Amino acid sequence: MAEYTEQNEYRKQRGPFAEVMHRLSRSPLAMFGLAFIMLLVFCAVFANWLAPYPFAKQNLLHMFELPSSKYLLGTDEFGRDILSRLIYGARVSLQVGFIAVGISLVVGGLLGAFAGFYGGWLDNLIMRVMDVLLAVPQTLLAIAIAAALGPGLYNLMIAVGISAVPNYARIVRGSVLSIRGMEYVEAARAVGSSDLRIILRHIIPNSMAPIIVQSTLGVASAILNAAGLSFIGLGIQPPNPEWGAMLSGGRQYIRDFPHLTLYPGLAIMLTILALNFLGDGLRDALDPKLKR
Amino acid sequence: MSDNHELLLQIKDLTIHYVTESGRVHAVEGLNLELARGETLGFVGETGAGKTTTALGIMRLLPMPPARIESGDIIFEGESLLTKSAAQMRAIRGGKIAMIFQDPMTSLDPVVPVLDQIAEMVELHHKGTKADARKRAGDMLELVGIPRERGSAYPHQFSGGMKQRVVIAIALACDPTLLIADEPTTALDVTIQAQVLELMHQLKEKFRTSMIMITHDLGIVAEMCDKVAIMYAGRVVEYGSTADIYETRLHPYTEGLFNSLPDLDSEQEELKVIHGLMPDPTNLPTGCCFHPRCPYAAEECSKVSPEMTEVSPGHFVACPVRTASFVKN
Repeated sequence: MAEYTEQNEYRKQRGPFAEVMHRLSRSPLAMFGLAFIMLLVFCAVFANWLAPYPFAKQNLLHMFELPSSKYLLGTDEFGRDILSRLIYGARVSLQVGFIAVGISLVVGGLLGAFAGFYGGWLDNLIMRVMDVLLAVPQTLLAIAIAAALGPGLYNLMIAVGISAVPNYARIVRGSVLSIRGMEYVEAARAVGSSDLRIILRHIIPNSMAPIIVQSTLGVASAILNAAGLSFIGLGIQPPNPEWGAMLSGGRQYIRDFPHLTLYPGLAIMLTILALNFLGDGLRDALDPKLKR
Repeated sequence: MSDNHELLLQIKDLTIHYVTESGRVHAVEGLNLELARGETLGFVGETGAGKTTTALGIMRLLPMPPARIESGDIIFEGESLLTKSAAQMRAIRGGKIAMIFQDPMTSLDPVVPVLDQIAEMVELHHKGTKADARKRAGDMLELVGIPRERGSAYPHQFSGGMKQRVVIAIALACDPTLLIADEPTTALDVTIQAQVLELMHQLKEKFRTSMIMITHDLGIVAEMCDKVAIMYAGRVVEYGSTADIYETRLHPYTEGLFNSLPDLDSEQEELKVIHGLMPDPTNLPTGCCFHPRCPYAAEECSKVSPEMTEVSPGHFVACPVRTASFVKN
């Protein structure tokens, strides 16, 4: 009996990360999402070895070829291997997705944290600016920024990242507001912690849950946004492969050769789906009310 | 209890108001207190009497605005706390004056292991390496009766009593000279209350810490405190040694508080309660704030605000009516 309770005691002593992973593993959809994202990351990292052909290698004798054993997913209008382009495209899409979210998270998160923590006129100033940005549709805002900065991978990330800043600022501000009033923040003040220390050590770690969820879902919308910008020609320039740009390039042949648009479209769809599954699973895993 | 009456804390004529849109809340009004080294002062009063406001005022943790210190001074170890800079106050908070909060369930950070929370306090106030701080934190855990190995656990894995022990360990980690305990046992059940109080009593003796014990439990006061201050509507109405107050309580409000304790020895049909409610702190009655509820109230009570008078050495009462009859006898 004593042994049993002791075991029980120590079994429960898991760190928060292990605890979340444990709960996440109970949701098959979330695990599918996680596995798919891992696969994509793997493809992106090892694209040089995985891709059967270089992404820009044209073979004008084999244009518009249907999937075969030589070209697993067929070839596009310049005879480039679609599979290889998809694999290299994962690199761009993941980079854009994660870095753009990183930009919006850092900028929006800091703005939101300061607005929520200090309140008053600073809060008003920051949040009214965010409201103005929110009033402009996000895609339109991204288009405007991308058009101003010019096309290119980095500008694309900045455009997509900045256009999502208000969403993050609002979420971070909301959770900071609710945590700022907690007794342990006052207790931290009572032991002599400075404001900065309280924000970094107590408030940000405690407001992680909603932020992690929003970021996962945010990566999906950033990829979609980037694909959209590339589709209208403001993003990645040819011959660099990007899923949105591939869709855009194949759209004039959609009646005769639908595989040109089908596979990049599927790749975008599956990635977004996987990220959304993962985000949903994380939201449940991080919700303390569902604790068992 | 303390032989050398070296003053640690002196509050002079402290007045704190909350200025809100719906009016001015008279939270603390002309409060005078003295606390010597090693002494324990009990702060008794109803919810809203201004006990916590006073405590937060000493810590300079009042939210300003809406709080405003209108007048008075708080002198700690011979220096005024009200003129300290923010950085000086940060060094005093935790280092010299520590505070135990009411609810241990919410006063620990849920995402930080308890050992790290104690170590954070040590790191802030003692120079030394992280390893030293963690070692000291582990010592503190053992001191409050929690095995060191449990330090890596998170607060939600502890029971309420254990959490309050952790809170006490944090408060005492840097050897403060003054400990402010804001209803430290209110959120705990009775058996755990006794354990926690015993622990606090032991540690206080061990470190020779002075303590301000905020409570509305007169039993705790009798057990723990050397002096008692009874507060009503922001004012101290009676102040003296615990023995004085328990034997010759004079203020009608103090009397009412004691009467409303159930007495197990006598057959009582009903509890004697104080009729009425605490006055609205934005709109206090004239004269003595207690007069609308007071059974001894005389004509003058509604006109003149009573002064504190010393009825016997160290025993102060703010009630001219009762003082007069006491002196006569």
